[in-house]
Amino acid sequence: MTAETRPLRPAHPLESWEPAFAALTREVAAQGGDLVLEPAPQARATDLRLDPAGPARPAVAAALGAGLPTHPNTWTATDDGEIVWLGPDEWLVTSRYARPDAAEPALRPLVAGHGGAAVDVTGQRVALRLRGRLARELLALGCALDLHPSAFPGGHCAQTLLGQAGVLLLALGDGDDYLIHVRSSFAGYLAEWLLDAATEFRGAAPAAGT
Amino acid sequence: MQLIDCPWCGPREELEFHYGGQAHVSYPPDPQALTDEQWGHFVFFRDNPKGPFPERWVHGAGCRRWFNAVRDTRTHEFLAVYPIGAARPGVPGGDA
Ligand SMILES: [Zn+2]
Repeated sequence: MTAETRPLRPAHPLESWEPAFAALTREVAAQGGDLVLEPAPQARATDLRLDPAGPARPAVAAALGAGLPTHPNTWTATDDGEIVWLGPDEWLVTSRYARPDAAEPALRPLVAGHGGAAVDVTGQRVALRLRGRLARELLALGCALDLHPSAFPGGHCAQTLLGQAGVLLLALGDGDDYLIHVRSSFAGYLAEWLLDAATEFRGAAPAAGT
Repeated sequence: MQLIDCPWCGPREELEFHYGGQAHVSYPPDPQALTDEQWGHFVFFRDNPKGPFPERWVHGAGCRRWFNAVRDTRTHEFLAVYPIGAARPGVPGGDA
């Protein structure tokens, strides 16, 4: 063994799945289908709890640069992430560039005096992006919700079950672009489930090595 | 599969929910004053009606919020869903 120096870089928890995801896209495309599955960039995540009718909300919205969605099962976009409704007094704030003003140390002082809380949950979930014309059909194989854009348009989200795993599902577009947050320890299972469920879109020959 | 109407998320499949037992069982204001028999009654004894029954449910796989529901124990039909802390609503066919 020779010692070598390599710069460290953050690895995505699902990095090792990327060849299998790419093979899926390739084989589905060969059948005339359109399905792209890929690990979504890891984002800093903060779980935010506060009374939506309380005094802390304007300051939080100013810090995040976007309002907290109060309608159940919706999300709003920030410059580099999302604010996702998780409950009547709970939101998930994500930031792909780990903006300091969307992080626990900045948000906590804004809400702590009013009975709220901000907790860093960056390692809690892993995100997958699923898009393409067949995306909704694939999700329908393991998710009971009506994901048709008339019922689940862009800007909507849902905490529900996909296969056997609890997921936080975000509609990025109208019917063909989804962000799937899953608990880190379920990420491998969900990747495997999605690849298995997509078998029927790959064509007749069983895919080697999956 | 039966759908349960989460007050926040709307209708979801039954397996997203967990049952929490009879609703409106309040903690005794002065537990020290209870006899062993009264305490045992509070801890272990619950109604078991045939018909509408107020129950606690939690949307465990969704918004993770608790709520109350009146369910008909004969048919499993959910007759009403209402917030924790609210009074039990009158339901059609219920004995209220
Ligand atoms: Zn719910």
